[in-house]
Amino acid sequence: MAEQTNTPANLKVTIDNITVEVAPGTTILQAARQIGGDVTPPAMCYYSKLEGSGGKCRTCLVEVAAGSAADPRPMPKLVASCRTPIAEGMIVKNITSDRVQEARAGVVEFLLVNHPLDCPVCDQAGECHLQDLGYEHGKEGTRYEFKRRTFEPEDIGPYIQLHMNRCILCYRCTYVADQLTDDRVHGVLDRGDHANISTHISKAIENNFCGNMIDVCPVGALTDKTFRFKNRVWFTKPVEAHRDCDQCCGKVTLWQRGEDVLRVTARKDEWGEVQSHEGKPGWICNTCRFEKKKASDWVIEGPTKINRHSVISQGHYLGLKKPTETLPAVMDGRDPKLMMDIHSVSEVNRVDISELPGPATSDNFKK
Amino acid sequence: MNVNGMSTMRLTDRAKVVDRRPMTFLESLYLWSILKGMATTLKHLFRKKATIEYPEEKRPFSPVFRGLHVLNRDAEGRENCTACGLCAVACPAEAITMEAAERLPSEENLYREEKYAAKYEINMLRCIFCGLCEEACPKDAIYLSQTFAPANYGRKGFIYKKEELLIPHPINQREAYEKALGDRKPAVKA
Repeated sequence: MAEQTNTPANLKVTIDNITVEVAPGTTILQAARQIGGDVTPPAMCYYSKLEGSGGKCRTCLVEVAAGSAADPRPMPKLVASCRTPIAEGMIVKNITSDRVQEARAGVVEFLLVNHPLDCPVCDQAGECHLQDLGYEHGKEGTRYEFKRRTFEPEDIGPYIQLHMNRCILCYRCTYVADQLTDDRVHGVLDRGDHANISTHISKAIENNFCGNMIDVCPVGALTDKTFRFKNRVWFTKPVEAHRDCDQCCGKVTLWQRGEDVLRVTARKDEWGEVQSHEGKPGWICNTCRFEKKKASDWVIEGPTKINRHSVISQGHYLGLKKPTETLPAVMDGRDPKLMMDIHSVSEVNRVDISELPGPATSDNFKK
Repeated sequence: MNVNGMSTMRLTDRAKVVDRRPMTFLESLYLWSILKGMATTLKHLFRKKATIEYPEEKRPFSPVFRGLHVLNRDAEGRENCTACGLCAVACPAEAITMEAAERLPSEENLYREEKYAAKYEINMLRCIFCGLCEEACPKDAIYLSQTFAPANYGRKGFIYKKEELLIPHPINQREAYEKALGDRKPAVKA
């Protein structure tokens, strides 16, 4: 930009009629995130903690109604807000533009062309960004009648489950491998419709920080194998916890069922990204994520705040007051004879699922 | 008494003013009243009975009747349920619990998808038969049939497991399957 030399320290940008001052070089998406709320465009591939990410999925498209104060002509096409830096006096339309909403609904539909609608099976369901996006734009169904792109299932090690059919090729996981681990053994192979995340050739991904690929994956393409099929996300309770870890920040969210820790993830911020602690992204190591599956390994800080519109907050009764049991008091501590203890009848919770290294199979339920 | 007044609105014209005059001698014999009553009783003897002899005879159910749950199978006899948990989260009475497992390669004829419900329980003591589980199910795996939950002597008998809930196999147990299907359309081939 030619006018870079004499620009003020802060640039004024108006997004959906809200004006905000941001530092030069900020993208439209980051400026919108400073405002927050509905004004922020969704992002499937852009990840602020990963350098070079963004510009692939096109869900963050916005309309630029005026390029800058010096040149107030509108940009002819919708632009990807994650890759477009703002200029002084720029006017951006996101939710106030019908063009944007229509284009975004189209993008969502295109993303869902090859994405299998197997949310009932998928472990990401309930915290999946593509699921949210689809429902927000009324595109939860499909008009696509042809065979979807399918891949042979590939085993990429004991920790991460790869479902290539669900991948939307956002490249976030490759950036994680590049920027957090010392050697990347996976990447996007082949081209066009055949492009797929894979290892070369059938290698296990075993680097100590590789588990963060699960957290950055916006869909269910990379999921935690130690949590696979163990429970639905909304039946587990997220709890903030930490431990002293010599490799990572050790600040995590435990997903508990009763006292059992079913899953450990990094803490997420309001954009679904890994939270920063003291200015550094809170990536966690594989030891914290996959090995420490006991509540006694952690110092528990308290329940994670979940948006009450999220399905994850379903059935979590905050401030629950249990009634005092009157029967034992009345009956000198004895239980009434005809009372039924559901745990003696129910066959659920007989197998300690949190102890299993991977998904339960019929072998675990045979006695 | 102004029955047509603004203060009292008459809903029917069957209201009668009570006759409070003292009874005459004939009336005090009650003979005529007894005969009138006997006639009513006799008339009802020849009328159509309001009751039926259950369980030999059964009343037809309404097509939208919500009875005991059935876990569905597809045309090949594979279980539809993938243990997605939507029925359990939709259940207002929290009657449904389940445990999921991964399908082994040798079990592909048993379960339709790679994940299935290894354990599935409905507590019929809690269930209010609202049918929200049926509405929530994305896999057409659970529906409410046109039967009641049978009575039982103990509470234990009301914890329905998969054995009680699963529909009979459509190929191996054809007759039982069709009986269980009732008025519902047979499973469509996917």
